[in-house]
Amino acid sequence: MNPVDLFTKASEVITSIVFISPEIAGVKVPLIVLWLVICGAFFTVWLGFMQIRGPKLAIDLVKGKYSDPKDAGEVTHFQALATAVSGTVGLGNIAGVAIAISLGGPGATFWMILAGLLGMSSKMAECTMGVKYRNVRADGTISGGPMYYLKKGLAERGMGGLGKVLAVLFAIFMVGGSVGGGNMFQSNQATAQITAVTGGDNSFFADKGWIIGIIFAVLLGAVIIGGIKSIAKVTEKVVPFMAIVYIISCFIVIFANVGAVPSAIGSIFTGAFSYEGVSGGFVGVLIVGFQRAAFSNEAGLGSASVAHSAVKTKEPATEGFVAMLEPFIDTVVVCTMTALTIVITGAYKDPAASELGGVALTSNAFETVIPNFSIVLAFAVVLFAFSTMLSWSYYGMKAVGYLFGDSPLAERVYQGIFLIFTIIGSAAALGPVIDFSDSMIFLMGLPNILGLYLLAPIIRKEIKGFYARIQSGEIQPNDAAASKAARQG
Amino acid sequence: MDTVIVGVDNSDASTRAVEFAVERAQKNDWKLVLVNVIPWSPFSFNTPSENDERHAQRKKELEFADTQIIEPMLAIATKGKVEAESAIRHGSSADILLDFVTENKAIHVIVGRTGDSGIRNAFFGSTTSRLIQHAQVPVTVVP
Repeated sequence: MNPVDLFTKASEVITSIVFISPEIAGVKVPLIVLWLVICGAFFTVWLGFMQIRGPKLAIDLVKGKYSDPKDAGEVTHFQALATAVSGTVGLGNIAGVAIAISLGGPGATFWMILAGLLGMSSKMAECTMGVKYRNVRADGTISGGPMYYLKKGLAERGMGGLGKVLAVLFAIFMVGGSVGGGNMFQSNQATAQITAVTGGDNSFFADKGWIIGIIFAVLLGAVIIGGIKSIAKVTEKVVPFMAIVYIISCFIVIFANVGAVPSAIGSIFTGAFSYEGVSGGFVGVLIVGFQRAAFSNEAGLGSASVAHSAVKTKEPATEGFVAMLEPFIDTVVVCTMTALTIVITGAYKDPAASELGGVALTSNAFETVIPNFSIVLAFAVVLFAFSTMLSWSYYGMKAVGYLFGDSPLAERVYQGIFLIFTIIGSAAALGPVIDFSDSMIFLMGLPNILGLYLLAPIIRKEIKGFYARIQSGEIQPNDAAASKAARQG
Repeated sequence: MDTVIVGVDNSDASTRAVEFAVERAQKNDWKLVLVNVIPWSPFSFNTPSENDERHAQRKKELEFADTQIIEPMLAIATKGKVEAESAIRHGSSADILLDFVTENKAIHVIVGRTGDSGIRNAFFGSTTSRLIQHAQVPVTVVP
């Protein structure tokens, strides 16, 4: 059995376990997706609808209005958010949305947006905990994330034993997630797009995807094993630029079809509640939307909490508010733009849409207005994929570091495995890759969310306590604080 | 005693600027404030590992600025028997120097024309012109 066949087989087994889907109203509902959405709904209510009350405060925090000027030179809220967003905004926003619409119709968009809005609360909860329980080493370097709050936070609540078990489980799943959704899915879709723009079936790469995989692996290896930071730095700087180009392109397509906007929005709303032509009907649409949103914004999975915990702040809740913006940017803004582009151009109506899947469908939508856009999209896809792979290799390293006490050998072994999977991802077909990456990423949500529920009283105390002190004026923005001091002095 | 702000970094031009400032300070009875600004923006895009190491990195930057820049520059002032203070800040060079002017009610700013090159560049290049455009006090640029 060659590695690709072996992988396909293993993927089937893992997927069937993770996605246990009892039938509800005649539709198979994956429990794990419900698990994530219920978490978002719970924290929305538990924290008092902060996604409605908190965005202004979140933006002020990002602007640095509450930062201590003495902390200049440390990691700012903006930087922590930007780093986390560049790990999140990726193929989920381009390919994932296309998959959702090809399976569930335009209505899937509605449920994606709803899941994004609920996800803001999960993200707020996990990132607040990430900062509160992070590890700061003697030299000042920081490690944070669910492993630390599960272990330390639950110990504080008298559940130390359970906390340790959940932390280890989470770390294991994050290693799996980093290899799956954070790596294979990315290299798979990037390869598909490169193949498509170089001639599709006639492309030199058509049956040689592994060549692209090797190129990716070499570049990634140069950064994560070779320590060549310049590649990572350039990527971090180009990704935001590419994201802007992508959004502008979405606007161009939408404006070119401006007359179709009302009906597109109409079909998103009616499609959300209609049964027609979608396997699984209403529940089917809902599930497909929720699933893709969760995969895209990672709320409740705990991954972003690793990136957010590096921020310099005295109040863990500040990063909770800032992190809340992440699902908003990722899902409510970027995913919706992609969805509108696909719905408005009618690209999803192509009978072959579900065959096309992923990036190819999004690409077709753009091509109806902007010729040869597939080449621009290929650049975007490759860049997003690469930056997401970099972020996830980092998350995976943190998990391995946690499991093996920062053992350099374990980290080397992990890096090797990560790169091998980069190559397998580019060589395997889409189906098994998506299933495997979904399984691994969603598994992270099990220990993480269980831990968040158990930490819920602490989360609420942090968030509501901070919010109350802002409201009462006990915490002043720094410019106001400065001018007050000036008046008194 | 009037206060004068001197922008310093790790360059020859900076040394000349401090020497120039010390000479004038002796004649005019000035107090000097030597300011080194480490270029930094709160709105940059970083990799996750850059963020993790940021705190440690910042410490190193401050130590470097203290021992390699501020110490030798202060030594020039001490040698010239001129009263001098020093400060190290992260941020945009021109803005920070202007903040120091306001805070210290300074009457003058002195900078070198070119900064040190490489990663720590751009200190005096565009900084100088920004400084000249926004300063409410005279600015002297030492070649």
